[in-house]
Amino acid sequence: MLLITCPFCGPRPELEFGYAGEAHVVRAQDPRDVSDSQWTEYLYQRSNVRGVHAERWRHAHGCAQFFNALRDTTTDHFVATYRIGESRPDAAVEAGR
Amino acid sequence: MSQNFRLPTGGRVNRGKKISFTFDGRRMSGLEGDTLASALLANGEHLAGRSFKYHRPRGILSAGPEEPNALVGVGADEGHYSPNLRATQVELFEGLVAESQNRSPSLRYDWAGVNNLIWRFIPAGFYYKTFMWPRGAWTKFFEPRIRAMAGLGRAPRAPDATTYAQRYAHCDVLVVGAGPAGLAAALAAVQGGQRVILCDEQNELGGSLLSETDATIDGAPAARWLSETIAQLRAAGSLQILARTTAFGYFPHNMLGLVERLTDHLPGVAGQPRERLWQVRAKQVVLAAGEIERPLVFPDNDRPGIMLAGAARIYASRYGVKPGQRAVIVTAHDSAYRAALALYQAGVGIAAIADVRANPQGGWVDLARKAGLPVRAGCTITGTSGRLRVSGADLAPLAADGTVGASERVSCDLLLMSGGFTPSVHLFSQSRGKLVYDDALGAFVPGTPAEDCWVAGACRGVSLLSEVLADGFAKGASAARAAGGALVPARGFATTHAPATGGGFAGALPHGKNPASVRAFVDFQNDSTAKDIKLAISEGLRSIEHIKRYTTTGMATDQGKISNMNALGIATDVLARPIAQIGTTTFRMPYTPTTFGVFAGYARGDLFDTVRRTPVHHWAEAQGAVFEDVSLWKRARYFPLAGEDMHQAVARECRAVRAAAGIFDASTLGKIEVAGPDAAEFLNRMYVNAWSKLKPGRLRYGLLLREDGFILDDGVIGRMSDECFHVTTTTGGAARVLTMMEDYRQTEFPELKVWLTSTTEQWAVIALQGPKAREILAPFVEGADISHAAMPHMSVVECRVAGVPARLFRVSFTGELGFEINVPADYGRAVWEAIFAAGQPAGLVAYGTETMHVLRAEKGYIIVGQETDGTVTPDDAGLSWAIGKAKPDFVGKRALARAGMGEGVQRKQLVGLLTDDPQVVLEEGAQLVADPAQPPPMTMLGHVTSSYWSATLNRSMALALVKNGRARIGETLHVPMPGRVIRVTITGPVFYDAEGIKLDG
Repeated sequence: MLLITCPFCGPRPELEFGYAGEAHVVRAQDPRDVSDSQWTEYLYQRSNVRGVHAERWRHAHGCAQFFNALRDTTTDHFVATYRIGESRPDAAVEAGR
Repeated sequence: MSQNFRLPTGGRVNRGKKISFTFDGRRMSGLEGDTLASALLANGEHLAGRSFKYHRPRGILSAGPEEPNALVGVGADEGHYSPNLRATQVELFEGLVAESQNRSPSLRYDWAGVNNLIWRFIPAGFYYKTFMWPRGAWTKFFEPRIRAMAGLGRAPRAPDATTYAQRYAHCDVLVVGAGPAGLAAALAAVQGGQRVILCDEQNELGGSLLSETDATIDGAPAARWLSETIAQLRAAGSLQILARTTAFGYFPHNMLGLVERLTDHLPGVAGQPRERLWQVRAKQVVLAAGEIERPLVFPDNDRPGIMLAGAARIYASRYGVKPGQRAVIVTAHDSAYRAALALYQAGVGIAAIADVRANPQGGWVDLARKAGLPVRAGCTITGTSGRLRVSGADLAPLAADGTVGASERVSCDLLLMSGGFTPSVHLFSQSRGKLVYDDALGAFVPGTPAEDCWVAGACRGVSLLSEVLADGFAKGASAARAAGGALVPARGFATTHAPATGGGFAGALPHGKNPASVRAFVDFQNDSTAKDIKLAISEGLRSIEHIKRYTTTGMATDQGKISNMNALGIATDVLARPIAQIGTTTFRMPYTPTTFGVFAGYARGDLFDTVRRTPVHHWAEAQGAVFEDVSLWKRARYFPLAGEDMHQAVARECRAVRAAAGIFDASTLGKIEVAGPDAAEFLNRMYVNAWSKLKPGRLRYGLLLREDGFILDDGVIGRMSDECFHVTTTTGGAARVLTMMEDYRQTEFPELKVWLTSTTEQWAVIALQGPKAREILAPFVEGADISHAAMPHMSVVECRVAGVPARLFRVSFTGELGFEINVPADYGRAVWEAIFAAGQPAGLVAYGTETMHVLRAEKGYIIVGQETDGTVTPDDAGLSWAIGKAKPDFVGKRALARAGMGEGVQRKQLVGLLTDDPQVVLEEGAQLVADPAQPPPMTMLGHVTSSYWSATLNRSMALALVKNGRARIGETLHVPMPGRVIRVTITGPVFYDAEGIKLDG
């Protein structure tokens, strides 16, 4: 069971959380402006990273907040967790190397 | 039977406490401190089981968790029966009842032993070939027979009568294994001021020290050092000792699963759990899991009486048991000499020590020679004799070039073997740590760890006792430091012990015989032989993972404990590639078999899953309602009167609602309070409908899509005030909808000032439906005018009902005049009962979900999840009227504009179906075709989504999704069913009161 650090509550066991898919998949400000293929990409295309993956979690049985995390998909180790709206902390990735 | 093979002295058994038990119905005795295996050996019993495939007689091979042969069923009754327990790990207790497995009618005479005669026809992977040829033989011939033969033990025939506990724990340092390395690690970690958990699978801590009779540590005999060290650890206070506790799995982020066996060894203890699951999260882990001795692979190396040399020594020195009278020892490793000496001192005659090495010397070898034991260097074994017990070993000289000379039969009743030791890297490998092959050791050892863990002692290839202790202490100190503890200086342990040991062999011994005619077992449990592994390679399997699966070597409970290295040794010979290049197979959890019970824990019976009951539940129960499960809820399905079946009850309930009135428990509907200055804007962006202009006091049917444009949920939404909406969802969709709303609120629209609160369990919802609903309800209402003029269809008012504050909805899911009365849940039953009683003179009946389904289907109202399946758009369901066309955006809007979602595409649309024969009720899910005479596969045009007998129409009716359905209204389609074809006519989806007049009573 993973140990996940909620940016609001601290480290908590995985079973308090729900996974919520890839992070930083941007919904267009006005979806009318985007093409069918762009919208299809938004709906269905995901990066499926081998390595550090930005993803969303929700502390469902805790503060109920969504947040973002960087997790290495090859080791399951979390590099960082950060709040929605904050940019991807790639410095943490570098520091972790 | 008396314990004829019990030594007069020695061992850790309690000679003052005799214990009686039965094995296959025979009464025997042992001593406190025995395992079932040691007690059987004390009684001269080696034959303990039959092998998996060939049903060969098998004896006790080992003294630990690696035991592949002596698998027994234990339990005096079916409620306490466990199959496939390793006799080497079953603690003896008074009254223990054990039976052998995989034999019929008895262990000594087993009819399936015929497999041992036809073995040439059932080599590795033979069953894969039966899939292919002869055609049809698999299902008719092989599969039933293989199925009947498969498996070892049998499942218990009664539910488990015991209970299981579960616990979470946190610690700074978890030490797995309490042998010398683990004990030293625990000493260091405690000294570093850390909270430590020390676990060991055996009943006593000590590991190899429990059978150590020669060495001293820091001046004390090993046994005394052990007891003093345990006392010192117990006194520390910051350490928790878990004996009888197996660490079976290493999970991510340093969580380990442990199973503690609590009461299996304590007969007569009632009311306490059998086992406890520990889920331990450790800051640092020290693995001190020890090592496992390797068998040697030679022809007929599996007869009862053939044992691992180290196991025989353990039986003699720890349990005071003499495993035989006359032993032959075959070895590639010095440690077998130590075993030979120990047995010799215990009175076992040593007929020969055959060492496959040309020139073994030094250490234990010299001691054995000095004692006059007959050592044959450069000697191999080419076969054995004996049926239910080994009676002889064929020893032959082995030349340096590998040629095998003429063999000589040496008689014996005990044949010991040692191919060296394999470090127990199971947990390290489970943690995804990388293993590296150590050429000098001839073994895989832990390399770079993937978790915060340290590996100490024999499980990383350290074998000398003083080095094991020092290594354990150093790793314990490192773990403590890494966990934030104090710096602990390294220390050494002064040991006197007999000289170091060396040697080792992996693979199959040369035997000089025709390889096709011998069976040399690599994996005893799975009956896979050296020949099987060669066969797999010759059939083109190259990866060790493929070889493993084809031959089943190392599968099941073995998990690489005894067979891995020998299989690799054979593969490396055949493939002519070094072991390091071949690699090893993956170690799977659990380390040893683990009961299902301990995983189920408390989640049994009533606690298996959450049951949600409405405030009206117990009233419905008292009325004799029949319930159905809807997500976690129990919902009243119908209320049968005496003698009624479901169809009669539902027909009566339907007629009553249409003619007078019905009362229905809708409390399970999901409810979300959406509040805040931007509540309307938030709903605009979530739901397809327009909300800005909905006035307080009005209701609207809301439709929610996923971002891909397909219907996710629906429900009636009331505007309680400018800034507050009462949103309802489907029963099953409540959590899903709230999660989705929270997602958008937090991540896409954080600028909106809106709050979401689940209020599902705050409100009891009483639906009162039918032409007489208003007259029944009116006397209970205070503070509101519920006349049609003041309170039209789709309006809401806050008032009191039966004296209780209420949100009163005028809404209908039946097509009749209707109200839904929301009252605080605690008052739900009182209000319900008051209304029910008052409505009796008017003909009010309680109705359930089945009637609700029929009534709404008569009106063509959809149920999400029944008429929709995740591929249905609003237009498909005939609901495009609900869409707020002027809104710039809502969830799913952009997707609806994609090609394929609307115009110009023949999508499946919601329609009604009437069968030509009004008595025929279609099956839900049935497929619709245009031409029933077409050859299969037929072109399917759609399927039935809902189908009922309608008491109102006095005929059957159905809803369906049909390709281009609305354009087909009036057409005839066909439903092909087994043995017949049903003709149906497509209609509109509304069967009752299409004008909606009845909604106003």
